[in-house]
Amino acid sequence: MGPLSTTAFIISAVAKVLVIFVGWLIVVAGVTLAERKIAAWIQDRSGPNRVGPWGIFQPIADGIKNFAKEEHIPGGASRWLFFLAPIISMFPAFVVIAVIPVAAPLPTPWGLVEVIVADLPIGFLFVMALASLGVYGLTLGGWASNSKYSFLGGVRASAQMISYEVALGLSLVPIFMLAGNVTLPEIVRQQQDALWYVLPLMVGFLFFSVSYFAETNRGPFDMPEAESELVYGFHTEYSAMRMAMFYLAEYANMVTASALMATFFFGGWDIPFWAGDNIGVAADGSIIGATPAWWVTLLTFASFAAKTAFFILVFIWVRWTIPRFRYDQVMALGWKVLIPLLVVYIAVLGGAMLALEAAGIEFGVRYALSLAGINLVLLLLIMFWLDRSRIVLGGAWRQARPQQARSRG
Amino acid sequence: MDISQLVFYTFAGLAVASSVLMITRRNPVYSVMYLVLTLFSVAAIFVLLEAHFLAALQVVVYAGAILVLFLFVIMLLNLGHEFDPDIRGKFWWVVGFGLGLVLFAELFVLARSVPEAPESDLLARLLADQGAVGMVAEPLFENYVIAVEVTGVLLLVAMVGSVVIAKRKV
Amino acid sequence: MLREYIPVLMIFAMSLGAGAIMVIGSAIFSNYRPTTVKKEAYESGMPPVGDARERFAVKYYIVAMLFLLFDVEVVFLFTWGAVFRRLGLFGYVAIMIFIVLLIAGLLYEWRKGALEWD
Repeated sequence: MGPLSTTAFIISAVAKVLVIFVGWLIVVAGVTLAERKIAAWIQDRSGPNRVGPWGIFQPIADGIKNFAKEEHIPGGASRWLFFLAPIISMFPAFVVIAVIPVAAPLPTPWGLVEVIVADLPIGFLFVMALASLGVYGLTLGGWASNSKYSFLGGVRASAQMISYEVALGLSLVPIFMLAGNVTLPEIVRQQQDALWYVLPLMVGFLFFSVSYFAETNRGPFDMPEAESELVYGFHTEYSAMRMAMFYLAEYANMVTASALMATFFFGGWDIPFWAGDNIGVAADGSIIGATPAWWVTLLTFASFAAKTAFFILVFIWVRWTIPRFRYDQVMALGWKVLIPLLVVYIAVLGGAMLALEAAGIEFGVRYALSLAGINLVLLLLIMFWLDRSRIVLGGAWRQARPQQARSRG
Repeated sequence: MDISQLVFYTFAGLAVASSVLMITRRNPVYSVMYLVLTLFSVAAIFVLLEAHFLAALQVVVYAGAILVLFLFVIMLLNLGHEFDPDIRGKFWWVVGFGLGLVLFAELFVLARSVPEAPESDLLARLLADQGAVGMVAEPLFENYVIAVEVTGVLLLVAMVGSVVIAKRKV
Repeated sequence: MLREYIPVLMIFAMSLGAGAIMVIGSAIFSNYRPTTVKKEAYESGMPPVGDARERFAVKYYIVAMLFLLFDVEVVFLFTWGAVFRRLGLFGYVAIMIFIVLLIAGLLYEWRKGALEWD
């Protein structure tokens, strides 16, 4: 099977865009329900249970309600920007899915179809570029409302997002170093050959997830909303569907973040300990490794969906468990902890990789395991330092103190 | 007409239209948004030239960072109101027109002197061989490494400068 | 490889279209009956005082400036990371000098209190 002809490519592209985009919208709608259900379970309530069995049609009811609600525009608002801000906010959140590979290549009579909307040569930077556009929706939404709460919320949100964008970018550098300059499907294939990158880049994963939590403006980093301080943050003046669009953007960002975590660090659609899905495609369209089949595509998609669902669950779980940080703590975490530590991490990792190469270890499982060992040590050191002997040595510390006092007394 | 030509004219038209709108808006916040659109369209044109990495950087650095700074400064100084246009009086109209003519003359000269085209498959070969980032990165860190370090010094100076300007008292 | 961008254009159009449909649909189906009080900006029930678009703290400007500078640094690190394994020690030393310069700047900002939120 050679590469797809132009006609087949266009047809497959239309099909993929439609299926993935619509599927995506359904997933995002489902996540809004999942959040309410899980929040309810965490707080020992029932959650939505009136619309359909277990409330599964709640998102549809919400949608109808949001369309029918009265729309409000504050008198002093800049009308066009006020209309535009929700669209600008949704756009980057919805477009990032284009570069995420969701399953193993699907064999068709016309050639092998990669199950990804667009296999761009700059997949990583596409994610970065769109993440950096996310700031505008919040800032403009806050500014256009011409309300004090909205304005403060918007400014705070954008300052937080740009701070963590640096950390997010820096936490992608280790993947670049390990994988070389490759596209996202290639990352998945490399992880199939060696190990999931969560092992050799453990610290990187930790920092990536923390900065993506902050980047999606969700709890415990939900500064822009901060109901107790800013009423509702940058969308205080928004109502009806336009308010719901900010929420859709937030949930879409969350799903994207989960999918990216799965792809970068947990092998994407890879099924662990099974060689049947290690399908590679050479530049000329010929197949390397296992034979593709439609059921392999389905299985790998299930694997990807399971990983993504797990991270969505973690997102929701964390939001409803950990209390919100103070704003100065959030900014301090970004600038004084994440960025310096990430830079040091990149330096150490680079040194370790050079040393491994000097020792003559080929890129593969042993290489990745050695890096995993180094990472484990670094992770423990960082945890120990962040802990400042509060939790890990907490008991010992409390016991030791009275003794000290007595000996002095 | 080729489809890539169609895409080119779409984005080129968008870039020109939004930059005209950018300089004619009286509210600076709207100007910034049109500038974002301009830079985004220019990034699309870079993609058509097979400069994938440059296109991404155009969005990451220009649209995503520099213009956020612009927006912050506009909001910070409370400039987000409608102002009288900067060009007032006949003298400034003449100056502006003259500068525009100079720019068009430059464009005309540049359009006449078409540089020697590289081999047609050079970019495609480099892309397949080194990837979109590698084909920029290798020369950057091999031949122009001094320039990279000088950029580092420049960024350091900018950092110190921004603190000195913003934090007079410290 | 330019044909890979065709689906990207499609998904751009679909996202913008979905956004536009939501905004326009919501505008059509809602019945907006503005009153003078309703049009006021929300200020905890009080009549709003002054304009919301006031000058605000300069520290946000410093954060935006720092973000811009570090974003450029991240871009350099991306380019370096992509060819790190091929460049080896030479590239490593080059980027370390670059990083040390930037970290010196960050430490300066830190000592000067530009990262404090007081």
